[in-house]
Amino acid sequence: MADDVTGTHADPRTLHGAGIIAAIKASGVEYILSVPDIVTSAGLLAPIAQDKNLRLIRVCKEDECIGIATGLAYSGKRALTLIQHTGFLDSINAIRGVAVEYKQPICMMIGLLQHEPDRAPRDSSRYGVRIAEPILDDMGIVHHLVSIDADVAKIRPAIEAAYREPHPLAFLIGRSPS
Amino acid sequence: MMKRDECFRILARHVTDQAVVATYSSAVDWVAIAPRVLNYTSIGAMGLDSSHGLGLALGRPDKRVVVLQGDGSLLMNLGSLVTIAAVAPKNLIHLVAQNDTYEANGGHPIPQPAVDFAGMARAAGYAAVYDFSDVRVFAQQVAHVLEQDGPVFVTLHVEPSQPLTYDYAALYDPKKREAFKAAWQARL
Repeated sequence: MADDVTGTHADPRTLHGAGIIAAIKASGVEYILSVPDIVTSAGLLAPIAQDKNLRLIRVCKEDECIGIATGLAYSGKRALTLIQHTGFLDSINAIRGVAVEYKQPICMMIGLLQHEPDRAPRDSSRYGVRIAEPILDDMGIVHHLVSIDADVAKIRPAIEAAYREPHPLAFLIGRSPS
Repeated sequence: MMKRDECFRILARHVTDQAVVATYSSAVDWVAIAPRVLNYTSIGAMGLDSSHGLGLALGRPDKRVVVLQGDGSLLMNLGSLVTIAAVAPKNLIHLVAQNDTYEANGGHPIPQPAVDFAGMARAAGYAAVYDFSDVRVFAQQVAHVLEQDGPVFVTLHVEPSQPLTYDYAALYDPKKREAFKAAWQARL
């Protein structure tokens, strides 16, 4: 199987971290704010930590990311928050109060822990995964599922729109990137 | 024991082009004492002020950021002490007004009054840590505190203030947020 991150010749059930990172950088993101997430640990966080063109800020708790990203946005800098869905759930009030009510361009990439990649998140057997999209919908947060390489094309235009309009944004990572 | 507004009046004499991040009771006092475009009061969720300050400090390393946090707020975001110390922004001054109460929420005590925030900041790895209980000493040292390389942490031991009026609509006014943004990004 060709190792083609565009997905043209790739196994449709694969997701390559290199393609996601390239899309993040192409979006003008300079800062990655993160608490480690096992879904994205090897395929995203580990290579990001070695990437000289991205500055990784390791935080203690996910809601810190919302404040840091907002301060950066006020300074004209773009950031991506890389967390697990448990951390997203723990940060709901910060996302509500800052990202949604103040219309801040908080861009989140959320690993769906223990999600079955070939199911829709709403159909997951895991309660925490199943409620992620409905919560985002109720909060009016634009969201995209990134489960296969073809989904990577959604990343750059979505981040560009989030900063242009501005509004918060979530990418749900439905499969561990390789 | 000091008074928070008295400390802020002294601080205001030394604040020039720094961003000042303030929330709840500290914001009410600060905005009354020093109304200025570079006041950042758009916090939105209690405890995040120190994290907003870190983001501003990272975004404009050529300028300085002063955070005026309450003790209840810091308790909700204690991990930010470790994050800030690890990132080590030289341009961040983090002050906590410790009155041992949740003043904006009825004056109830924090879980452990007299908790040692300065000790926590020192253990986390802040570059410099101060603990002030005497307003004369604070007045003598505040200029140096604001100028030295950070991250700097300061505890101000203050009395609970008289009941304040919390005009959140004014504090979080979107026009003020946009004005701050324009001023903070100026001369990029």
